[in-house]
Amino acid sequence: MSAKSIFEADGKAIINYHLTRAPVIKPSPLPSPASHNPPPKLATLHFAEGDDVQGVLDATETKYPWLLNTESRFVAKPDQLIKRRGKSGLLCLNKPWSEARKWIEERARKEQRVETVDGILNHFLVEPFVPHPANTEYYICIQSEREGDLIYFTHEGGVDVGDVDAKAEKLLIPVDLTQYPSNDEIAKGLLSKVPKGIHNVLVDFIARLYGVYVECQFTYLEINPLVVIPNAEQTSADVYFLDLAAKLDQTAEFECGVKWAIARSATALGLPATAQATNGKVNIDAGPPMDFPAPFGREMSKEEAYIAEMDAKTGASLKLTVLNSQGRIWTLVAGGGASVVYADAIASAGFASELANYGEYSGAPTETQTFHYARTVLDLMLRAPMRPEGKVLFIGGGIANFTNVASTFKGVIRALREVAPLLNEHKVQIWVRRAGPNYQEGLRNIKAVGQELELDMHVYGPDMHVSGIVPLALLGKTSEVKEFSG
Amino acid sequence: MPSVVPVPNGDGADMLSANDNIRRFAAPSRPLSPPAEHTLFHTKTRCFVYGLQPRAVQGMLDFDFICKRKTPSVAAIIYTFGGQFISKMYWGTSETLLPVYETVEKAMAKHPDVDVVVNFASSRSVYSSTMELMECPQVRCIAIIAEGVPERRAREIMHVARKKGVTIIGPATVGGIKPGAFKIGNTGGMMDNIVASKLYRPGSVAYVSKSGGMSNELNNIIANTTDGVYEGVAIGGDRYPGTTFIDHMLRYQADPDCKILLLLGEVGGVEEYRVIEAVKSGKITKPIVAWAIGTVAGLLKTEVQFGHAGSFANSQLETAVTKNKAMKEAGFHVPDTFEDLPEVLLALYQKLVKEGAIKPKPEPVVPKIPMDYSWAQELGLIRKPAAFISTISDDRGQELLYAGMPISDVFRENIGIGGVMSLLWFRRRLPDYAGKFLEMVLMLTADHGPAVSGAMNTIITTRAGKDLISALVSGLLTIGSRFGGALDGAAEEFSRAYDKGLTPRQFVDTMRKQNKLIPGIGHRIKSRNNPDLRVELVKDYVKAKFPSTKLLDYALAVESVTTSKKDNLILNVDGCIAVCFVDLLRNCGAFSAEEAEEYLKMGVMNGLFVLGRSIGLIAHFLDQKRLRTGLYRHPTQDIHYVGSERVEVTI
Repeated sequence: MSAKSIFEADGKAIINYHLTRAPVIKPSPLPSPASHNPPPKLATLHFAEGDDVQGVLDATETKYPWLLNTESRFVAKPDQLIKRRGKSGLLCLNKPWSEARKWIEERARKEQRVETVDGILNHFLVEPFVPHPANTEYYICIQSEREGDLIYFTHEGGVDVGDVDAKAEKLLIPVDLTQYPSNDEIAKGLLSKVPKGIHNVLVDFIARLYGVYVECQFTYLEINPLVVIPNAEQTSADVYFLDLAAKLDQTAEFECGVKWAIARSATALGLPATAQATNGKVNIDAGPPMDFPAPFGREMSKEEAYIAEMDAKTGASLKLTVLNSQGRIWTLVAGGGASVVYADAIASAGFASELANYGEYSGAPTETQTFHYARTVLDLMLRAPMRPEGKVLFIGGGIANFTNVASTFKGVIRALREVAPLLNEHKVQIWVRRAGPNYQEGLRNIKAVGQELELDMHVYGPDMHVSGIVPLALLGKTSEVKEFSG
Repeated sequence: MPSVVPVPNGDGADMLSANDNIRRFAAPSRPLSPPAEHTLFHTKTRCFVYGLQPRAVQGMLDFDFICKRKTPSVAAIIYTFGGQFISKMYWGTSETLLPVYETVEKAMAKHPDVDVVVNFASSRSVYSSTMELMECPQVRCIAIIAEGVPERRAREIMHVARKKGVTIIGPATVGGIKPGAFKIGNTGGMMDNIVASKLYRPGSVAYVSKSGGMSNELNNIIANTTDGVYEGVAIGGDRYPGTTFIDHMLRYQADPDCKILLLLGEVGGVEEYRVIEAVKSGKITKPIVAWAIGTVAGLLKTEVQFGHAGSFANSQLETAVTKNKAMKEAGFHVPDTFEDLPEVLLALYQKLVKEGAIKPKPEPVVPKIPMDYSWAQELGLIRKPAAFISTISDDRGQELLYAGMPISDVFRENIGIGGVMSLLWFRRRLPDYAGKFLEMVLMLTADHGPAVSGAMNTIITTRAGKDLISALVSGLLTIGSRFGGALDGAAEEFSRAYDKGLTPRQFVDTMRKQNKLIPGIGHRIKSRNNPDLRVELVKDYVKAKFPSTKLLDYALAVESVTTSKKDNLILNVDGCIAVCFVDLLRNCGAFSAEEAEEYLKMGVMNGLFVLGRSIGLIAHFLDQKRLRTGLYRHPTQDIHYVGSERVEVTI
């Protein structure tokens, strides 16, 4: 739960819908627009595993008939939180649908390397191409910081915007919105290099955009290029956000979920109400719930999705990220802080590339939940190929506040029992460190099971440093702290 | 089990009342002198706990008690959903009463000495409640526990707090602790951990940590390597904590009793650099041991969102590696890895002791704290006879159990109503044919028309406008030896005769001699030549499925005796069900002979009839409602009034 990136298509839909609806903080220099924006033309294509690519493309044509207009030209691009798509050859510009379709067809569900990350291309966005003179390309970015929201603006936007930090003009909107700058101050702070004639139009847009930013609780919003083509009287302008990246504050769902949803409802997107697949489920709001996609190349595996689903259904916290499924070091760590400390210790011992997973369980999960969590991690570990040097499993954790260590360990022990022969076959060393309520019994039990099943296991309590077992296991260091003896 | 119950003996002098064990604390006689600017918490700090968190409050009171505080640190609880005026808590082994207020205003007015609020409100409501609390000038510090407070709201809280000079700890934190003085909420964990980390008395090391969970580790490390914790604050893992490292570091710098500062930072944000600046500018001169966790982040191929919302580096500056390097360069004591931190701290502490900057104080006696009953029970340390015993079902675990069978298995194995009855009534799985038989009985007894007394009662009650339960119960209440009781009676008479070894003819004769009707024999209309189809159904099923039908065979022999006297003296449906049920209990193999008899004696047969007939009675209720029938009044012509003329009474 935090600031999370969203699909470009969703970002555009939200801004398109709320730009004329969200209240501005102070009156803008232009009168309020007489009508709301028409629905945006955003064709989104999702190619799930096992989908027939042609089938998805055909369905897209039915859903968005405007694609079939032979006069129109389009932009097609993957919508998967990829930065600098132009530089990676992932933009298909100014093409009729027939060509854009072919372009997508060639890439859908194919592996793609972007900078250092490999991932599958499976989510695309197709929009009308907007021809525009180069001098109408701007760059705007709003970022939340401790003191307020920082707006970056430069009149030289576009693919080659360069070092924005150095080049853009910046204006801080303080947290206390009663201190919101006047229109003059906005113009002075951000538009000093823009011809005076279009100041009003731009200030109006910035004010409205910021209104949406506040209303929908964005934490980051970057539009580049932003194309602003004023009308002849310069009293209004056609605004196009050609490329957009945004993050929303997921924790604000209870305040903004309605607004996020309605902007993405079938009606707001100009689709017949039946066009939105809901799998027979009833949405709680007017539109679909917000989607927070995983970063490119980090689509959730089946196991991660399973844990995420379990996490969503309980007050406890269960997290799992597989970093390297072939790695030989696995962690089963309780507590958000402790889990990071373990990952640090493994990396600083020189084993970052072997670290297979990051994850944590905390907030007093039940024995069953702990069992399923541990079972998932153990399954993944034992599915990875055997290694001559064996594998290492850290069952770690800090000093729990209220979690009954013995009862969560029961779940871990159950999982260990189920795979005990395999653990020895894979030569898994198990290192345990945990403390907190009733830890004595928890450690005693796990130690007994280790002996009974003849596992290669070392058990420590609170006199061992929280992640002190990592250098012992990986670097062969020794410690004066004795193993837990019951 | 002996138990001691005080018996009032009249004069009242040695009466022991529950009230006698309740400690009451008077308000301070005069206002306290304001604490120093840098002191957030002291041994007289009084706070409100916002939200109903009895466990956290008890933890705070226990902590106060072992710190030998004179008064509890919690003055009152604010719970806007109200409903309760006082909350009973332990103070050591005695008890004390904490007032519960529904409004902030009232709580503040009643307790002007309170200047700290521990706010347990949820992420949804914490913004409004904190804003309201900050309206009260007496509040100096608010700890916000909730996770998932929207960042925009957290920033607004922070902004207003700064303007008003209120110190915010959190959101998304466990709080903080000042050993010997004050503990926020659940900080420090359970009492045994607090004792193990010597948090009942102050030491010389003050820390600020981002992570609440890791603050427990810090308490442990500091207790093991130095003279202990002086104060510790967990600022919370969100992107915008209300106060950050620098705010507390400056307080620690100003506090002469604090000798060593410890900072546990994290990847994400730039707040560590503000501490570096303060050191560079000479604002902080005390030695600082520091570490930023999350050094792994840069070594991973993709971005990973770690546990905390704020633990995400937006630039090189925000990485843990860069922070550690910068802190080291600024002269902080930064270990090579977090595992080396205890050593670094130990070395620094020993140096300060040697230089005389820290003088270790003699250890006080380790205080004892009574263990909570529920926890001792969880650990298996104590026992106590239970007031109730139940063996039927268990709703405490992951899954509801019916006599040990998980509810999911009940459905997977499709055991039906009959199966559920056998589990709950007899605490065992009966063979499938037995379950089917029970279902058959329910189906056959479900209704018998509107004219029978049970249905009549239900109909009349319904028509009097009563609810479903009243109507059903008024019908059920007619069930007894006359109505519906034939089942029980038939089972009893037939099995007694059979067990005594009477031949069917002897049985019939004995009954006639005693002028008793044989229950379960006879029908108004049906006869041998016009058999009751219900009886045929039961007979056929039982003959086909039951391992033994001795009593049924016996009853049929009795029937042949009675029908030879009169054609309609057949074994009726009640009699048939009753004898078959006895056959089932005795011969299905699931019951011992004693058990079978015991169940019959308990009246389980009536249970079958009550359960089955409830279906019909509810149907009559629904029927009458559906037909919108009005209040029933029996016509007086249909009642023969006797004795309405004056009766002469002779005395």
